[in-house]
This record gives sequence, structure tokens and C-alpha cells, in this order.
Amino acid sequence: MLEFLIEHTWLQALIKMALLILAFVMPLASLSTWAERRQSAMMQDRLGPNRAELRLGSIELRLWGILHFVADALKMVFKEDVVPARANRFLFGLAPILAIAPVIITFAIIPFGSDLCVGHAFEVLRDPASMCTSTIPLQVARIDQGFLFYFALASLAVYGTTLAGWASYNKWSLLGGLRASSQMMSYEVTMGLSLMGAFLIYGTLEPHAMVLAQGPTPSSWGIVTQPLAFFIFLTAAIAETKRAPFDLPEGEPEIIGYFVEYSGMRFGIFFLAEFVETIFLAAVVTTVFLGGWQVPWLYPDGFHLMGWTLELPHLAVVLIQLVVWSLKIIVLCWLQLLIRWTLPRFRPDQLMRLGWKQLLPASLINIVVTAGVVLARSGGR
Amino acid sequence: MAQAPHAPQEPTEGSKPRRGRVGVRVVGRPDSLEQRLYLPEVLRGLGVTMRHFFANVVGRKYTVTVQYPEEKAPYPERFRGLHRLMHREDGSVRCVACMLCPTACPAHCITIVAEDTGDGKEKRPKIFEIDELRCVVCGLCVEACPCDAIRMDTGRHAPAVVHRGDAILGKVDLLKLGGPSQATQGGKGATWREEQ
Repeated sequence: MLEFLIEHTWLQALIKMALLILAFVMPLASLSTWAERRQSAMMQDRLGPNRAELRLGSIELRLWGILHFVADALKMVFKEDVVPARANRFLFGLAPILAIAPVIITFAIIPFGSDLCVGHAFEVLRDPASMCTSTIPLQVARIDQGFLFYFALASLAVYGTTLAGWASYNKWSLLGGLRASSQMMSYEVTMGLSLMGAFLIYGTLEPHAMVLAQGPTPSSWGIVTQPLAFFIFLTAAIAETKRAPFDLPEGEPEIIGYFVEYSGMRFGIFFLAEFVETIFLAAVVTTVFLGGWQVPWLYPDGFHLMGWTLELPHLAVVLIQLVVWSLKIIVLCWLQLLIRWTLPRFRPDQLMRLGWKQLLPASLINIVVTAGVVLARSGGR
Repeated sequence: MAQAPHAPQEPTEGSKPRRGRVGVRVVGRPDSLEQRLYLPEVLRGLGVTMRHFFANVVGRKYTVTVQYPEEKAPYPERFRGLHRLMHREDGSVRCVACMLCPTACPAHCITIVAEDTGDGKEKRPKIFEIDELRCVVCGLCVEACPCDAIRMDTGRHAPAVVHRGDAILGKVDLLKLGGPSQATQGGKGATWREEQ
């Protein structure tokens, strides 16, 4: 069975993708819809939705209102699906898919654990290089282009929003779609350039290699070596997810956005895409700046800290790494929600000024300085 | 010029408000590097929301929400709610069907049909109905009543009903809400001056 899996990497990839999306990303995205409302309530001294409950006979499960997302999903599915009379039906239906598909596909490049060493699950890996002959990488696709693949697919998400605005046959949604496309294109430039410094330091574009290069010592993680890039990338990437304070493409309460004409589950998909993007952003920040699945001072054979050692079997190491990776992502999602509910929205001109006149030069300076330091360290060769 | 962002600036020479006129607060543009960087202020803002978040998650420190059906905010003492009809000592209705309350009622929601008690002195209501859907909760009926027969101090809202007719409360319903009243009733009639 395992041999079959190792030989057929496409089957491996399918299983890993299904596990990653169905067991981690989608549950987390659904929970974020609840977390967003509860967290914002807590930040604003309210209680938030806490009344959805499950009645099983005499047992009432309330679970702090977590079940609200089930109620939401049911509502969305059963709502009437309205397509405007003069809308382009094909593009109208295609837009939500184009909005969510690129984000889900790009999860393929995210490494979520160190390589599984087949046949040594319960042993301590003292010498991984010679012991591990056959491995299962905990990453769906290990492609050398790595982050270039991400940037390429992220720009495809622009089509989803622009087409949604255009296909609705509504001036306001068209304007919203234009705002969205101008914002996303502007910030993609900064997003790419801000990661360039990290590429220079780690000498690779491949996420797994980047995580390995950061190692289990937090002082060599990206947030320490590239602090400016961390802030620039976080800002640009939040702008890319189109959430407050950069939510002027949609602006739910007053300015009308690109998905006004969408109802029911089509709207739900846009909504979900936003949360999946949030999780993906957290995953990228974790990979580049927070050491990915690396746990502080956890090496393949166990913890090593200042001469003190705790040996752990391989499977335990991988499980700890998986849990810590998930925790990092959850904390970053929480941070994004905190930012989203703290900062007021930008004006379009402020948005453009921040993107082109402040973040872009800052990221260029970051590249030049990083390149200089990398060159000096390598002895000028 | 590092300044707190919301501190009012001292009015400068040109814009100094004169005595007796409305003062003008001159708020400068964010000039200092700290303000233009935006990041320190962002972090301060995040600190505030984070403080509220953790304090509320751990101990509901700042939350003011009242979980309505389970908890209720106390009403003020003089809150006007659903009507009730008060009782005499023997449990009969205090109302003497004087018609002052339907006369005072601006919404015409009170219907009284009087009948003779048979004791040769007083009337009593045969029918006493209040349409709670028409009632505007002004309390004029209570003001008008000379017998302390009708009160609005139940502290309850008009009930939610399926049919409009269900919102019309009859004498029996109103008496069920009521209780004995201590107010003197009956008096000495028109001859009280002579007896003094």
C-alpha cells in the first residue's frame, strides 16, 4: 500500500490536496466566518452570535455559537439564486469559480510538515540523510518555481472579481470590479517585490527549501532577517484579499461592490473565497517569515536547547510540527481579523498613494539593502 | 512637532477666537514622521482592540449585552405596561363604569358597557374591553380614573398574538392581572361638607 503510494506521486498529491483542503482549509474558513463575527463582537464589547444550537433529544449543544456557520451555509444554499435579466449568464456563473479556484490551487505549494520517513515512524531519526531512503513530502507539489506559481495564480483571481463586476450588467458592480482590479494589480507588484529579499537570503523560490533554510532557530526566521519585508508583505497581501482596511472594492455597508448582484451560494463562494485567501495569506507568511512548520529547537530527532536534549520518535516530531504549523496559521488569521476590525477603510487615492509611493519604494529599498548584505556576506563573489 | 494626534492645537494668532464667539479648534495635518509612518498608530489601535478582546473573552469585562429573553433590563418604576383592573376587598371590580377612561382615551381603545349593580347606588361594567393593539400607552386612562380601578403598572408588554382579536383583553383577563387596591372608595357622597 505504502509502496504503491510512493511510486504513484499523483495519487499522493490528490490525497494530500484533499486532506489539506477538506480537513484544514475549508473547516478553518467556515470557522473564520464565525470567528470574524464573534471576535469583532468581543473587540466591540458585544457578545456576537451565540444562539445557534443543536438539539439532540434533551441535549442542547450551543458551543459558543460555532454552529452559526452551519446555519449560514444552509441559508445560502436554500436562498433563491437570482441572475440579473441582462447579465451574461456564462461569465456570471464563471466569476465566483474564478475567484476561489486560484486560491485553493495555490495551497499546493504550501509545505505543512517535514518529509515523512517511510518505515521509520516510531524510531528516533538520528541520521535522517542516510536513514530516509523513501519519503512522502508533506506538500502537495514541490515545484522549483514555488512562489512564482503563487504570483501567477494570484493574478488570475483578479479575473474573478472583474468579471463578476462586468457580467452583472450593473454600473455599480462594474465600478466595484474596476476598483478591485486596480487595487489588486497595484498591490501585486509590491507583494512580489517584498518577497524578493527573502528569495535572496534563502537562495530559492521553493517553499519547502525556504522552510528548511530557516531552520528551527527562531532567530534565523524570516521575520528577524526581513522585518521590513514582513510588514510590507502583510500590508500588500491584506490589500490583495480585499478586506478592511482595504475593502473598498466591495464596501459592504455603503459603497457598492462587484458582487452586489450575487445572491445565495454564488455570493457565498465569494464570501468563502475571501476567507480562504485569508488562510492562504497566513500560510504564506508562516512559510516565508515564521519558519513554516519548524518548531523552535525541534530537530528531526527531538528537542535540542542549550545542551538539553529530548529525543522523540519521527511520527511525534511530524505531529508536533503539524500542530504548530496549524497554530501559526490560526494566530495569523486571528491577527488579520484583529486588523480588519480595528482600522478604518482607506480612500481610493490613499490606497494608491500607499501602494505606489510608499510600499513600492520601501520594498525596492529592502531588496537593494538585502542584496548588498547578501553580497557582502558571501565575500563579494 | 510631535503631537498626540487628537490633542487640540493652541489657536494660532490668526485664528484666535474672540470672546463671545464660537471657538474654533484648529486641527493640524499629521506632520510628524511618526504620524506619517502610520504604523505606530496602527499598533496602538491594535493594542486597544486586543485589550478589549482578551478582557472580554476571559471575563466579559467590558461587555454590556443583556441576553434578552433570559435576562431583562429592569424597567423604571413608573413604566407604563399592560393594563390591569384592581379589586375591591371582596374581589369584585373597583370600576364603577363612570366612562371617564374611554372619554380620556385618545385612541378609543377602551369599550365599557355599564350595568346596574342592584344595590341602588353604583354601576359596574358589564363589558370592559381594552384593545391593546390600539392602545398608545399614554396613561391618560389611569390619570382619569377616580376609583384607582385601572392601572398600567404590570411591567409587561402588550402580548404578541396570532389573531388581532386576541389582543383585546376583556374584564376577566384584566382582573386576573389586577389585585386589591388600598385606596378609599365610595366616599361620603355629595353631602360631605355638611357632615364636617
